[in-house]
Amino acid sequence: MDYIYGVMAVICIEIIATVGLSVFTGFTGLFSLGHAAFMAIGAYTSAILTYFYHVPFVLALLSGMLMSGLISIILGFPTLRAKLRGDYFAIATLGFGEAMRVILENLSITQGARGLPGIKHYTTLPVAAIFAVVVVWLTKNFILSKFGRNAIAVREDAVAAEMAGIDLFKVRMLSLIYSAMCGGLAGGLFAHYLNFIQPAMFTSVLSTQLTSAVVAGGMGSITGPILAIALFIAVPEVLRVANMWRLVAYGLILVLIMIFRPSGIMGYHELSFEWIGNLFRKKNCNKIADKRRT
Amino acid sequence: MFLQTLITGFSIGGIYALMAVGYSLVFSILNFSNFAHGTIIMLGAYIGYFLISSFNLSFPLSLIGAVLGAALLSLLNLRLAYNPLINRRSPSLYLMITAMGVSIFLENMVYVTVGSHFYSFPEIFKQSTIKFFGSDISPLDLAALIFSLISIYALHIFLTKTKIGTAIRAASYDMTTASLNGVNMTKLIGIVFLLAGAFAGLAGVFLGVKYMVYPTMGWITNKAYIAAVIGGLGSLPGAVIGGLILGVLETFVSVYISSTIRDVFSFSMVIIFLVIQPAGLLGKYLEEKV
Repeated sequence: MDYIYGVMAVICIEIIATVGLSVFTGFTGLFSLGHAAFMAIGAYTSAILTYFYHVPFVLALLSGMLMSGLISIILGFPTLRAKLRGDYFAIATLGFGEAMRVILENLSITQGARGLPGIKHYTTLPVAAIFAVVVVWLTKNFILSKFGRNAIAVREDAVAAEMAGIDLFKVRMLSLIYSAMCGGLAGGLFAHYLNFIQPAMFTSVLSTQLTSAVVAGGMGSITGPILAIALFIAVPEVLRVANMWRLVAYGLILVLIMIFRPSGIMGYHELSFEWIGNLFRKKNCNKIADKRRT
Repeated sequence: MFLQTLITGFSIGGIYALMAVGYSLVFSILNFSNFAHGTIIMLGAYIGYFLISSFNLSFPLSLIGAVLGAALLSLLNLRLAYNPLINRRSPSLYLMITAMGVSIFLENMVYVTVGSHFYSFPEIFKQSTIKFFGSDISPLDLAALIFSLISIYALHIFLTKTKIGTAIRAASYDMTTASLNGVNMTKLIGIVFLLAGAFAGLAGVFLGVKYMVYPTMGWITNKAYIAAVIGGLGSLPGAVIGGLILGVLETFVSVYISSTIRDVFSFSMVIIFLVIQPAGLLGKYLEEKV
């Protein structure tokens, strides 16, 4: 039972990071290959605070989020201001992720590649679940706000959006900060769940996992990526396959999704249970069908 | 010491240039970053290694084998993974994601099937060094540099003097117009991928000889990507210049400052370059098409 709780806690933690990234990649349409770095920043900031300075857990988590947000501004300000092409920006984030890992490996306070052992265990399943629910709820509202509509407009057509008076830089920067803060929160929870962190945990493999989940789940959906990341973590655990086969599968999934269903599992739709109730009301059913068609 | 560092830098730069050329070729036609290129380089190195060690072929023969093998793999990659998207005229972001998927897939496939061993090529160049103005230069470094420059020059001749080369250059300016003028685009893209793959095979073998052969060696191609960006994506001379500049600068940083910050240096450099001069030194900056 402990084992299942453990897997579920990891899923909740990763959901936070994935949902954050889905705002950035799914809704704003910018690609990141280095979001693991934001998790690393959050994890290290909060772990160092609770470990060396005995700061309360929630405060440490908040500092981790703020640190991730601040560093995302440092990354985003020059790159987003320059309005880089999608793939150039992806390379910049890739470089950022690698550079961050090298820096963590060479700082003395992070104890280099050996990592930080003995972090207190604060993250339990209820804690992780509550945070996950709060973040998903916040993200939903974030997307439904004026900001969210602007972000979707930017994703669909940056030029048209700019013509309509949307400040591209502001929208992209805000969604980068939001996703970085979600990553920082997830990292902080992760550190206090595993009680041990080292730079090697936050490699491009983790970034790839997050990005694949967003793409596979559906760019422009919140529930899709949640479903995808849960499957990505749970299925290998159930099948007990080696880590490497898991990565082989991620690669294959990305390629197949792009070839056969580029909009992802959920496409632009959200997973909802409305349809069960609607089965009994024919009128509504037609309405939904109309909505789908348009 | 200075001269030795310079020569080492140039030889690494030569290999970067070889890899960057493959990136640039694909980019100039399809306008997307082929992240799978690094994996093809890695597979080329494996092919070369197994030809030379298991089949006891001579070095030139296994080099040719690696070049052919990598070219075929690159074509296969195009046909299976990219063609459905190209035919559908998908945005280049989708192609990029697919390329990422291909690279993750192949790299880990090698991990699972061949294993994570480090293989080193049998000694081809004697370990002895050439004395040159008081500094020791390994023949391997020199050979790698000369060979990469010669092969890139050959590619340049091919692109400027032959009919296919002209078609490739035309398509890199405007694909629609080129195809209206009777260029068979499917065939042309295939040829471009074959060429890029051939260069990947070359680069892979040289990388394998210089360092070792292992599944994540394709990671070094991130450096080649940086080189291509510095020189200007899509530009051939840019790729060469970018590769040489990056190789020399990196070697100087690791010799005179510290080898741990070498990678941080290269990646910060690419970010700075992207911000100041997104087109690179010689490239043309293309906004994403409206």
